[in-house]
Amino acid sequence: MNGAAAWRRANRRHALIILAGGAALGTSFAADLATGPAMLPILSVLRALSGLSDDTMLRAIVLTLRLPIALMAIAVGAALGVSGAVMQTILHNPLASSYTLGISAGAGFGAALVITIGAALPLPEAWAIPIAAFAFAGLACALVAGVGRMRGATPELLVLAGIACLFLFQSLLSLLQFIASPEALPQIVFWLFGSLQRASLSKAAIVTAMLVALSPVLMADAWRLTALRLGDERARALGVRVERLRLRAFVVVSLLTGAAVAFVGTIGFVGLVAPHIARMLVGEDQRLLLPASAMFGAVLLSVASVASKLILPGTVFPIGIITALIGVPFFAWLVLATGRGR
Amino acid sequence: MILTARNITIRYGRHLAVDDVSLTAAPGEVVALLGANGSGKSSLLRALAGQQPHEGRIAWDGRPAQVGDIGYMPQNSVSRVALTAFQVVLLGRLRSLSLRVANADLAAVEHAMAEIGVSHLATRHIDTLSGGQRQMVLLAQVLAAEPRALLLDEPTSALDIAHQLHVLEMLRDVTRRRGLTTLAILHDINAAARFADRLALLHQGRLLGIAPPRDILCATSLRQAFAVEVAIDQGSDGHPVVLPLRAIR
Repeated sequence: MNGAAAWRRANRRHALIILAGGAALGTSFAADLATGPAMLPILSVLRALSGLSDDTMLRAIVLTLRLPIALMAIAVGAALGVSGAVMQTILHNPLASSYTLGISAGAGFGAALVITIGAALPLPEAWAIPIAAFAFAGLACALVAGVGRMRGATPELLVLAGIACLFLFQSLLSLLQFIASPEALPQIVFWLFGSLQRASLSKAAIVTAMLVALSPVLMADAWRLTALRLGDERARALGVRVERLRLRAFVVVSLLTGAAVAFVGTIGFVGLVAPHIARMLVGEDQRLLLPASAMFGAVLLSVASVASKLILPGTVFPIGIITALIGVPFFAWLVLATGRGR
Repeated sequence: MILTARNITIRYGRHLAVDDVSLTAAPGEVVALLGANGSGKSSLLRALAGQQPHEGRIAWDGRPAQVGDIGYMPQNSVSRVALTAFQVVLLGRLRSLSLRVANADLAAVEHAMAEIGVSHLATRHIDTLSGGQRQMVLLAQVLAAEPRALLLDEPTSALDIAHQLHVLEMLRDVTRRRGLTTLAILHDINAAARFADRLALLHQGRLLGIAPPRDILCATSLRQAFAVEVAIDQGSDGHPVVLPLRAIR
């Protein structure tokens, strides 16, 4: 068999899989707009979206309440998916995600700090919380990257520095929870669950802008990241400046993760599982794996957003709980199905 | 490319791995590095490849190696990864790859895989291949880069005898044809004697000598390098044949 022809065919097949993910995402997005306390027919949703409806109530529900949440689910899911894929690649660790290196813990501490000191801030909480969350995610990233720069960015050192960072911010978070007022404590806990209910169009636009701005940086390194999957020594032999690549990719995905979790809280599982789903379906070529991880991360969070409204009608479950509840069975099925196929 | 290495010394903390080694190699020449485990062969090769901090001076055609000059193949270890053999060899073209892969890169990959004889493995995942097959795929990866020098760390350690002969013959042929400068660490002294133009014998980080096989393979040098008693015969093709007799304790 001609190797190049087979490779091209596989690439086309994998691109089709990503497109199929796009179709699933479109369906889930529509379902996210249609579901809620008021279940809407999909045609009404489309009319409201296209501006053809005169029904002000319908337009308010679709455009003001549900559209920001549906868009936020997609943007955050994509950001967490692609970040998880890069983390797993640069750390040679299938369990790596934004949690591993303390980025999410930093964001959680930043948010909790603002919730605790609350009224003393000049900014409204709706913006002060994400700004602080992003700033502390950045601080966690700077701490880990600083250690990496000083002592060589090996996966072991980054993971050790990240775990230290994780424990540091978790301890500080526990301290804040201990001293927080009875009013602030439930707010902190709710933030930590992760929720899309705080979304707005401008916040979704910020996460999307980060994704659009930073994805090309990652895609420019796609071949080098693929080479890194062969191991550090082989990547070096192929001309990759491994430590630089690892630090650069780490900083980029930390910013991406920081922006995502700053607005919605610590949503787990998506960053861990979406890259694994993508890897099983399109392989390790990062030119395809990164977009596929973003796509399946977006699908996973969008479906979770729909499910969070359907489990108990009238109640919106915290999305962070739902992602694991629907993600684990799907992931288990995929692992078993792929295992049989090999 | 003409390799000139002068006074290469490599330390790991207080341990001296390579001790003041100087050697040269010319285009079209295969030099085999021989020595017991821990004699400094891999460290020296890594230094020549620009992958290892060292003292001393290494020059390729009188200057430091440029990007793409050297095809370096570390010892056979690859992470478990869902890449096909074709994708692994394609990574050899890393310097010229962009998001859209050029036909020239694909052609170079197909050529390298055919040269090594691994075209039939193109669609197999690397982690489903045997150790020997994986080694040949990685060798194809190095050749696909079309380097001017080959530095190979035990390129045939996992190969059966037929594939070992094929790979070594191919390496000697490609070295001559493309005018490459090839240095390879080999453990099989007889294979080295047959396929290399010169052998470099290392012992405890020091270079005992570098010379054509018939000049350097003698009972004394091998006793010193490997701590073995050997008998040396001559093969039908004129190359020396080493028969190990016993280890010296």
